[in-house]
Amino acid sequence: MTRLLPFPLISLCLLAMWLWLSQSLSLGPILLGSLFALMGGWLLRLLQSDADRVRNPSAIIQLAGLVLIDVIRSNIAVGSIILGGQRNNITSGFVDIPLDLRSRQGLAVLACIITSTPGTLWVNFTRETGVLQLHVLDLVDESEWVERIKGRYERRLLEIFE
Amino acid sequence: MTHAAELPAWAAWCVALLLLLGAGITLIGSLGMLRLDGFYQRAHAPTLGTTLGTAFICGASMLCFSLLASRPLLHEVLILGFVTITTPVTLMLLVRAALFRDTAEGHIDDIVRRAKQTPGDEELR
Repeated sequence: MTRLLPFPLISLCLLAMWLWLSQSLSLGPILLGSLFALMGGWLLRLLQSDADRVRNPSAIIQLAGLVLIDVIRSNIAVGSIILGGQRNNITSGFVDIPLDLRSRQGLAVLACIITSTPGTLWVNFTRETGVLQLHVLDLVDESEWVERIKGRYERRLLEIFE
Repeated sequence: MTHAAELPAWAAWCVALLLLLGAGITLIGSLGMLRLDGFYQRAHAPTLGTTLGTAFICGASMLCFSLLASRPLLHEVLILGFVTITTPVTLMLLVRAALFRDTAEGHIDDIVRRAKQTPGDEELR
């Protein structure tokens, strides 16, 4: 089981994605998709041996909802900065955020969240100190951003991945 | 699938509205590249297009083709997923390259100096 299917969940997702793309449930796509799903699992085992268990589905749904709201809100905020006359008055800058999250998958998800939210950019993460550096377009209060990243996202990512 | 005229009027309006919204948001993002100041600020602007812009355009496409085929066609959701997964790679590369250049060229203002205050980077200062 572990040799043939090192990451069953990921292989299942790959198969689902393949069938979704080909929009059919006939034998051909299922066979081809299974082949890709198996090979995807093997390739991933070459890249990384430590697979984190994903747990706590309710935290995943909560996080997805929060991210959706934040993406819409910050789209509006950044859009109005670009269009409005305030754009010369905004101060943007770097924020340092000390993280407790060390799981590579969790950090990857956090990177996706932060880059998908307009107005925040992932700049640097130092694994030794656990300090994440962000660039924020409209930086009013640094501690507010630390609270937002740690309280809104990191807490739930810790529940999911660690 | 070029039977756009077969869409009922209400659906055509919805599709057009979604398409215009998506295109408009992407346009605002591109405009930001022009109007904002400095590299780091400009790098924020295109994320409007990769998030809500793409979402609305994919929504328009899903609605249009699902109605034409009379069954749900939702593979545009995958486009959204792939865009979300791949954007951080490009943005991080660009931002870190800019940070490296600013440090190497000695444009060290307070911001960049703080950026480099990580262990192992001391010799760069």
